[in-house]
Amino acid sequence: MPGDDSHPAPGGTPDGGVPVSRRGFLAQGAAATAGLAALAAAMSPLRHLKDGDLPSAEEFLQKHYHEMTPADKERALNRIREQVRRRHGVTPTVSDPPPMDGVEFVYGLNISRCIGCRKCVHACVAENNLSRAPEIQYIRVLEMEKGSIDVESANHHYDSDQVPRPDKWYMPVQCHQCADPPCVKVCPVGATWQEPDGITVIDYDWCIGCRYCEAACPYWARRFNFAEPTIPPGQLNPHIAYLSNRPRQKGVMEKCTFCLHRTRVGRLPACVEVCPTGSRKFGNVLDPNSEVHFILKHKRVFVLKADVGTLPRFFYYFDERGSRYHEPIAPGPESGPLPEGA
Amino acid sequence: MRRYLTFLGDCFRLSLVGDWRYHAWMTALTGVALGGLYAYCHQLVHGLVTTGMTDQVSWGMYIANFTYLVGLAAAAAMLVIPVYVYRNLHLHDVVIFGELLAVSVILMCLLFVTVDLGRPDRFHHLLLRFNFPMSMLTWDVIALNGYLLLNLHICGYLIYCAYCGRKPTRAFYIPFVFVAIAWAVSIHTVTAFLYVGLGGRPFWNSAIIAPRFLASAFAAGPAFIILTLQVVRHFTRHKVSNNALFTLRRIVQVALLINVFLLLCEVFTEFYADTRHVASAQYLFLGLHGHHALVPWIWTAVAMNLVATTLFMLPASRALNTLNVACVLTIVAIWIEKGMGLIIPAFVPSPLGEIVEYQPTLHETLICLGIWAFGLLVYTILVRVSVPVLAGDVTYARRRSTHPRADAAGPAAHGAAALNNAPTP
Ligand code: SF4
Ligand code: SF4
Repeated sequence: MPGDDSHPAPGGTPDGGVPVSRRGFLAQGAAATAGLAALAAAMSPLRHLKDGDLPSAEEFLQKHYHEMTPADKERALNRIREQVRRRHGVTPTVSDPPPMDGVEFVYGLNISRCIGCRKCVHACVAENNLSRAPEIQYIRVLEMEKGSIDVESANHHYDSDQVPRPDKWYMPVQCHQCADPPCVKVCPVGATWQEPDGITVIDYDWCIGCRYCEAACPYWARRFNFAEPTIPPGQLNPHIAYLSNRPRQKGVMEKCTFCLHRTRVGRLPACVEVCPTGSRKFGNVLDPNSEVHFILKHKRVFVLKADVGTLPRFFYYFDERGSRYHEPIAPGPESGPLPEGA
Repeated sequence: MRRYLTFLGDCFRLSLVGDWRYHAWMTALTGVALGGLYAYCHQLVHGLVTTGMTDQVSWGMYIANFTYLVGLAAAAAMLVIPVYVYRNLHLHDVVIFGELLAVSVILMCLLFVTVDLGRPDRFHHLLLRFNFPMSMLTWDVIALNGYLLLNLHICGYLIYCAYCGRKPTRAFYIPFVFVAIAWAVSIHTVTAFLYVGLGGRPFWNSAIIAPRFLASAFAAGPAFIILTLQVVRHFTRHKVSNNALFTLRRIVQVALLINVFLLLCEVFTEFYADTRHVASAQYLFLGLHGHHALVPWIWTAVAMNLVATTLFMLPASRALNTLNVACVLTIVAIWIEKGMGLIIPAFVPSPLGEIVEYQPTLHETLICLGIWAFGLLVYTILVRVSVPVLAGDVTYARRRSTHPRADAAGPAAHGAAALNNAPTP
């Protein structure tokens, strides 16, 4: 920084003492203009912003889900209905079903039955209005090597037309709705939380897109909208809910919600309904007559990566028939004949 | 108040004046920064697809640079400790450059975090619903902004006092200096905890990350300052003694040794035990299942680290040229090690064992360069302004006597023109 006061710098003229010249003034004007022009050019990509890209005043001022009054919520649901109508050409039913009292959902997956057909993956995409391009899927089915439960030897990209393949077994993974969810803990703005029925949800209108939760999740269950999600015309599922399958925006996180728009009104998740082998079981663990309750009580059950200690509400189990470790169990809704004696 | 406005006006004018090299440097930096802005506007429109990040590798260059820069920011404290705690007076006149560096680097950190957000338009949600103390990210927000304010206060106060021609009151800055020292350690620790606290990422989930982070910062920070001080003394009248540089050299020596030692500990634990946890480290150092994007990088870093450590240990680094080479090696090595080398491998393989490699895109690179250029721009201006003010060349009294009427801060062109007269003795 030569040029400061009267210090003569090699190659430079000292500025001190030179009276303001007309030429200098013009030069400064020109420099300022050039600077502004360069700034404008640098910001020029912004002209491609579409109407929907910028938050409307209403969206900008919308409160966090937990702070909304019933009237606020009503307004938000109306806004969503309007937006979906404008963008997708259908008028959806937008709801916000509350968790039911005395309900805690859990999910069981029978790995002796799963054949890895990926029907659940696609049913989920359709039900939950997941982006087709870029492709987002909540369920990942792993083709596992015999003799290993190490996910690192799993094949993620097997051909689902050729299943089940000999000497392989299949392990679908999706959000485990952890009882101690690290994803919730790390979110800096509280945009994601656990509901009383055990489902971890995201307020898509509150998420700032930092992706910290994605780094924290040990089951790789979260998906980020790196681009504007797209759903081809006519393929939108019009039964949407605020906390689950309403269309998402660019730049926010999303994840499996156990289809809460269905399960909170007494239906089964789409993946359970579609599974051709009956490998998927879902229900209220607090209800002693539920299938999941029975399975947890009587079958061989394990959770994936128990060492990370997040207490998943999603467990895997297998049938004991032919197992050396059998014990007599009561016949249940799906357990079929009693196991043979020792 | 009025005096303060005059002060700001004068600083602004000073920043516009310099010889052709100053202008060329500033123009070049502005150009690169605008390039970054251009790429960022693209990112705003199209979303983070313009980057190389994916659901598998969900943090990339932005967070890598952020992590490295947090380390650099603590350099200020490294300078302050010997001066105020051990009363090593060699460093006294250079402390301010460390603090100015901290200010510009923290600004860069904040920018890197901002460009990483998917929804920067919702930034205010942080103020409305702050998940403190659960989320380490909120701790980091507090730590970084607090450190920024502390350093702004300390150097702003010292410079303003020099401008007013009065002696700084110790009570107004010494306590802050000590708080800043503790705070500097906290910004590292908290940033390391950001990663360490994630149980699902074995590569990060290790207690050694925070100490390693501190050690490497204590090496890269002072190394950066050694280079900066030489630039300052070359281009300004500010005196920087060689002794000050050599004191810094001692800090780097120790830090580098500790850093290499901790690296060894980590490599041993990972590879000797050879459990499943080694996958990420294996990907970083040796490649995993035919994927080895980071391998050349990390070995470059290791080699540079070793050469730099050796150079710093040898008496040869008492010669400035050797010292400078060693400093550059240290800075680059730690940039690789604490940036890409710390962030990316944690995502490879993914928690479900999938290997997806990360390749930064042109857009992403432009944005990173842009932020670096912006940071350098800010730092240059800060140094440009503070040197003559601290030297007592530009003071309020002097300005009143030469320019009795022009002391309200005027618009840009005016201000610049007026300045031509201002510092004239
Ligand atoms: S599986 Fe992942 S996303 Fe789902 S609750 Fe657990 S940590 Fe959160
Ligand atoms: S991406 Fe969204 S939900 Fe996830 S931590 Fe960041 S703000 Fe929270």
